[in-house]
Amino acid sequence: MSPVELETRSSKLETNHKELAQDIVRRAMNSGATAAECVIREGDEFSTLVRLGQVETLKESGSKAIGVRVFNGKRAASTYSSDFSREGLDRMLKSALELSRITSEDPYAGIPEPEQLGSISGDLDLYYADVYSLPGEERISYARRTEKAALDYDPRIKNSEGGSFDAATGHKVLANSHGFVGEYRRSYCSVAAVPIAQNESGAMQRDYWYSVARSLSRLESPEHVGKTAAQRTLRRLGARKVKTAHVPVVLDPLVARSMLEHIFEGVNGDSVYRGASFLAGKLGAKIAAERVNVIDDGTMIGGFGTSPFDGEGIPTRRTVVIENGVLKSYLLNSYTARKLGLQTTANASRGLAGTPSISPGNYFLQPGSKTPQAIISEIKQGLYVTEFLGHGVNLVTGDYSRGASGLWISGGELSYPVEEITVAGNLKDIFFNISEIANDLEFRGSVACPTIRIDGLTVGGE
Amino acid sequence: MDKNRFFFQHYGLTERNLEQYLASALSAGGEYADLYFEYLSSTSLSVDESIVKSASQGISAGCGVRVVAGERTGYAYTDDLSPERILQAARTAALIASGPAKSPTVGFQEKAARSLYPVTLPSVDADINAKVELVMRADRAARAYDPRIKEVRTSYADELRNILVVGSDGTFAEDSQPLARLNVSCIAKTEGNSARGSAGGGGRVALDFFFGEKTPDYFAKEAARQAVLQLDAREAPAGEMEVVLGPGWPGVLLHEAIGHGLEADFNRKQTSAFAGLIGKRVASEKCTVIDNGTMPWRRGSLNVDDEGQPTQETVLIEKGILKGYLSDKLSARLMAMADTGNGRRESYEHIPMPRMTNTYMLAGQDDPQDIIRSVKRGVYAVNFGGGQVDITNGKFVFSASEAYMIEDGQVTAPIKGATLIGNGPDVLTRVSMVGNDLKLDEGVGTCGKDGQAVPVGVGIPTIKVDRLTVGGTAKKETGSFMQ
Repeated sequence: MSPVELETRSSKLETNHKELAQDIVRRAMNSGATAAECVIREGDEFSTLVRLGQVETLKESGSKAIGVRVFNGKRAASTYSSDFSREGLDRMLKSALELSRITSEDPYAGIPEPEQLGSISGDLDLYYADVYSLPGEERISYARRTEKAALDYDPRIKNSEGGSFDAATGHKVLANSHGFVGEYRRSYCSVAAVPIAQNESGAMQRDYWYSVARSLSRLESPEHVGKTAAQRTLRRLGARKVKTAHVPVVLDPLVARSMLEHIFEGVNGDSVYRGASFLAGKLGAKIAAERVNVIDDGTMIGGFGTSPFDGEGIPTRRTVVIENGVLKSYLLNSYTARKLGLQTTANASRGLAGTPSISPGNYFLQPGSKTPQAIISEIKQGLYVTEFLGHGVNLVTGDYSRGASGLWISGGELSYPVEEITVAGNLKDIFFNISEIANDLEFRGSVACPTIRIDGLTVGGE
Repeated sequence: MDKNRFFFQHYGLTERNLEQYLASALSAGGEYADLYFEYLSSTSLSVDESIVKSASQGISAGCGVRVVAGERTGYAYTDDLSPERILQAARTAALIASGPAKSPTVGFQEKAARSLYPVTLPSVDADINAKVELVMRADRAARAYDPRIKEVRTSYADELRNILVVGSDGTFAEDSQPLARLNVSCIAKTEGNSARGSAGGGGRVALDFFFGEKTPDYFAKEAARQAVLQLDAREAPAGEMEVVLGPGWPGVLLHEAIGHGLEADFNRKQTSAFAGLIGKRVASEKCTVIDNGTMPWRRGSLNVDDEGQPTQETVLIEKGILKGYLSDKLSARLMAMADTGNGRRESYEHIPMPRMTNTYMLAGQDDPQDIIRSVKRGVYAVNFGGGQVDITNGKFVFSASEAYMIEDGQVTAPIKGATLIGNGPDVLTRVSMVGNDLKLDEGVGTCGKDGQAVPVGVGIPTIKVDRLTVGGTAKKETGSFMQ
């Protein structure tokens, strides 16, 4: 293989990342690429963990990395580097051009069409410098207060994995050879507590709670977070096993999210075109109960899954995935859209290397009208799940079997904690068997789900 | 060991620089400081629909600075290896301590290290066309196995991680760690039915491993076999029953049920269900469990851990009695125990902590056939997906991807994937038979803890667990609360 000749270097090394990304794209094109795309990611992180009142770790750093994807006709390759020196960037570009000779022709490969590219306008409310505004001692104090609130809540809270305060900012730049260039910044901060409770017999239980926000001013108080963590932990004390049973199962919002994630994996274009999803070929078909409406919206102001453009430079949008139980849309990037003869839903997610994958924007199940308490009160015997363990989900067949713990529902009330049990069924049935959706939708991340009730599952125990 | 002095050569580092960085890290006191330099190069290739759809290469380099003061750890890192940026990171990490400056030990001492993976040509530097041949061969072999194999994805990934660890106690350790892995996943389809199968393997090996010892065809046939088999799988039972685990990868049981709970940090903080159980019986007499980072060529092995300490063979459980924990420098010092060389980290961006290497159970006396014959009605599980554990209450799960019913001492029908759930501190007390067929896994394990992923290995002989909860869906023989 003859070596790639790089175009002669530009005289100065770009330090502005937008211009650097455009420069890399231009040099790739001038060195023989037929299309090119460059991404630069830069971030800062701060974290502190306080355990039993003492600072345990303090971490503070920043990093950046650059990646390029080049096309040689219908062949694609990508490289990345954390080395921004002239030599580092040259090597990255040269390797990408050379690699693009050994991949196969893929008729569907390419970057999006020029008319698809763009960015949604307006302030999306994603970046607040205040996440870093606290002086060092104040940050530690946030972590300390969160843990203290948990430890002070009840004498049975005897130990702790700590209270934490984290902050991070990220800056992302994307440029491609159709002239697209865009950038955005996002900020994030969180407090969390992980208390451990112990009863007279010595048995321990651990749980957690957290608050996350784009701005420090929107973070829940450390005291509230710590207290909630303590309550969640205490209610697990004295957990027992149950007999194998077929009973209604209620999922709390944190674990209900996982069901929504299984739908996401099922409508992910990458699994769909391969027929590797239990939802492949089901567009327009009823796949869930009538009450189920699932939305993906990358445009929500201030959302954890919001961005002005996706990983390929296409403006984000709102997509109805499931409407009244009917599958309305898959979630796609431009490659899987071309494979399936559909339009992209702007869900491309671009890492530093490889082809763009697919990830959700703000993705949620529309809430119902009942309170979680009302839903529980209608169940004579059942399981309220607060934690799933393990990964026993087969997306090809829909087979579902996971470890679980939670609270037993008896006579319409949460009665006692249970653990070391399994919950099993098949996803094809599970979504039809969502018999209640509560009104408690709340975003604590880009995926959110209210409390839901599912019938027809097998609870495995003694 | 080959003294290649990678960072001295490529970044112009000198011992004088290192001493200066460490002095800066200890400028506000603290007992210990270390620097972890890392230069990671990697390649990956993937085949889908019988074409090479993606190829990528990358380089990531950086330095992490840690300062330890009592139980406190300050950490900062930089991806720029210039003296100014490393000093800045050192000053940031130093903020954890508040006292008079300490002086690092003068002069570094390099311990004699093993050479567990002496590859002559690291696979990252090998001919890319040979790697293309691997993934294409795997694709062809999987499709040729059975006409019902309709979708095949194969991938190959390798890396070479050059590290240098220096500590204020005079620690000086360099290592060059290759890692390669080939994976095949496929879907078998018939009218109205589909199933998946996957297989893979590798280790700290050169590329020729995949042309000799474990070929693409070997992994492809295994993945295809599992997919075709699963087409006929029936519903798994639910409830407690006898479970026989096959040899090899089912050792993930040990990793989840025992291994994590024995990591020293959890025991130092008394947050593990195993805390305070040293010297106590935690398994049947037939069980001896080892963690061993010194096995040549294996995925979980390391010449030195990520704190520069040589790895070792550590007995965790001997004939059922809990013997020891897996420790890093911090826990070893705070718990006044020996450092077992288990301090590991995902990259220079991460703080090291106690982690497993290769964790396995020693072979016993029983004939695997006798073990199966001894079961009246139970499950024989031979392949698993991942697992998870809550180290505080001890509950763990792992998910069978290939399993069969055992009925009257005979292996009968294949059953669908099911999660197995148990309690770490007592599951091994119910091990009543241990086979003479210890096998280690193929080299695919990646363990996650606190968001850090590191490669690990597991192994186990055929064993019988008298009681374990199986999470199936079959409705037969189960009690039921009906509304």
